[in-house]
Amino acid sequence: MSSQFTPNNPLPQEAKVPQEIAVFSPEVEAEMDRHLAKYPVKRSAILPLMFIVQRERGGYLDPPGVAYLADRLGVRITDIWEVATFYSMINTEPVGKYHLQVCKTLSCKIMGAGRVTAKCTERLGIKPGQTTEDGMFSLSEVECLGSCGTAPMMQIGFDYYENLTDEKVDEIINKCQGGELSNGVR
Amino acid sequence: MFIGAIGCEPLQLRRVLLDNSASLEVYRANGGYEALQKVLNGMSPDDVIGEVKKSALRGRGGAGFPTGMKWGFVPKDSPKPKYVVCNADESEPGTFKDRYLMERDPHMLIEGMLIAAYALGARTNYVYTRGEYRYLIEIMDVALAEARAAGLLGEKILGTDFNCEIYTHTGAGAYICGEETALLNSLEGLRGHPRMKPPFPAVAGLYGCPTVVNNVETLTAVPDIIKMGGEAYQKLGTEKSGGTKVWSVSGHVNRPGVYELPMGYDDMEKFILEDCQGILGGKQLKAVIPGGSSVYIMPAADIVGKDVRMDYEGLVAAGSSVGSGGFIVMDETVDIFESTKNLTEFYKHESCGWCTPCREGTDWLVKVFKRIESGEGRPDDAQLLLDIVDNIEGKSFCPLGDAASWPIQSAIKKFPEDFRRKVLNGNGHVKDGLPTA
Repeated sequence: MSSQFTPNNPLPQEAKVPQEIAVFSPEVEAEMDRHLAKYPVKRSAILPLMFIVQRERGGYLDPPGVAYLADRLGVRITDIWEVATFYSMINTEPVGKYHLQVCKTLSCKIMGAGRVTAKCTERLGIKPGQTTEDGMFSLSEVECLGSCGTAPMMQIGFDYYENLTDEKVDEIINKCQGGELSNGVR
Repeated sequence: MFIGAIGCEPLQLRRVLLDNSASLEVYRANGGYEALQKVLNGMSPDDVIGEVKKSALRGRGGAGFPTGMKWGFVPKDSPKPKYVVCNADESEPGTFKDRYLMERDPHMLIEGMLIAAYALGARTNYVYTRGEYRYLIEIMDVALAEARAAGLLGEKILGTDFNCEIYTHTGAGAYICGEETALLNSLEGLRGHPRMKPPFPAVAGLYGCPTVVNNVETLTAVPDIIKMGGEAYQKLGTEKSGGTKVWSVSGHVNRPGVYELPMGYDDMEKFILEDCQGILGGKQLKAVIPGGSSVYIMPAADIVGKDVRMDYEGLVAAGSSVGSGGFIVMDETVDIFESTKNLTEFYKHESCGWCTPCREGTDWLVKVFKRIESGEGRPDDAQLLLDIVDNIEGKSFCPLGDAASWPIQSAIKKFPEDFRRKVLNGNGHVKDGLPTA
């Protein structure tokens, strides 16, 4: 009964992939192996592996990275795109080195999320959804990140910055520009 | 930000303020893994399920389904492997309790999962954490490694024949994956679309095998239920809402935070004005969304002087529900039209696109909200919103459609002025600031 809802059977034929396939270091391969070892079905590791591939491929899933994932997981290229386009944290286009993601949902909104976004726009000259010309910064407005009690907040890469004020945003952007702050990608 | 218990001894938050509270050493020094020891020292799986049933513990993720009953649905004679999956996809706007439970006390979750796995016969288990909470996955991985090294995870746990593994898994930014069947699809490496029910996960869940999906706070309640007994746990709360509940308080209060309250805490007005130290800047309370964005909004008039009991029955009687316990407080400056638009944009963004009523409906709702906001609103636009909602609620594939509907229904019902003013302003029917329509 359930198999029709869980199409995770292996492909009847080998997945065809384009010529160029991304290559990763043995350390990265080992990191992926550790994720694959958790599951009885390889495809389950698709999200953890996507995070690794996008980290290693400059912040997004490029076609060689997608081809690698299809090959590694034994699925079709389209299976990878199908999943990649569903999840907001998987980038299918390049993003800036520092990806500033300002939470815009209710608790943050009523506590001043608009000011945070405006401050970022003022400092960087980009609106939400844009990347600076030098590729250093991308700005996004995102939905609730579970930081409502410490609103307003933003996430840079995986790192949380909470209880934000104009001064704090200034300080954070200064540190990013000076290269003193991690971009939170790992 | 405050973190602690009010009106009861801290149970779930017992260790969160201790130094190094995430470590195995501190956990064990403060009663940790005693419940697991007790279970392995002679309780049968049925005994464990029996205690959880007696505890009147209800799912803390939002739906409030009785946990013991959910566990009871797992077929005992199934030859397939069974799974316990912890739902740590905490994404309901206004909710952040699971984050602090995992950050400060990850072993409590591990112990709860081990006991659940023992009761249900599961040997491989997953913690599905939302992708944005990467630092929690890292904390969980450290705690799991500690537990493994101490013989609390893996083969022959505590020297018994009980073998069990727990792995962390990451989501990647999708609210819908908090819905248990969407979560399972996501865990199988698919798009996070919900599945048809039945079959329920208890019968055919992860990889088609019997699976129980429980929220973090639900599972972290289990060790205490075992230690004190189901009955004693239930008595901390009310007859049908056992135990304590962890609330996430945000918005316009002087002391936002994570509050553990006994179920049936009396009452909501006192909670806001005294425990949360009142409204920010001495302003007036306008509204509260008590259980995460998906529940009915409550105007101050339904709270002040109304003796609202904070438990499942009390909040339903007061016109809302406990939901996930994401308690959003709004002061008099908040325009409920604006706040409802904000939440509707959230649901539009998070609608997974699987079914038409939700995908198209939430898109239309946002279009109408934007039309009103831009000054092009029509006099019957509030009714139009209700008509669209009527075509979503109860007609979508999963509860996300209902969740998108309820804030709008209750906002228009309880705050008609905020909507009327917007529409009239838009149409230029305003003279001297007063509606003339």
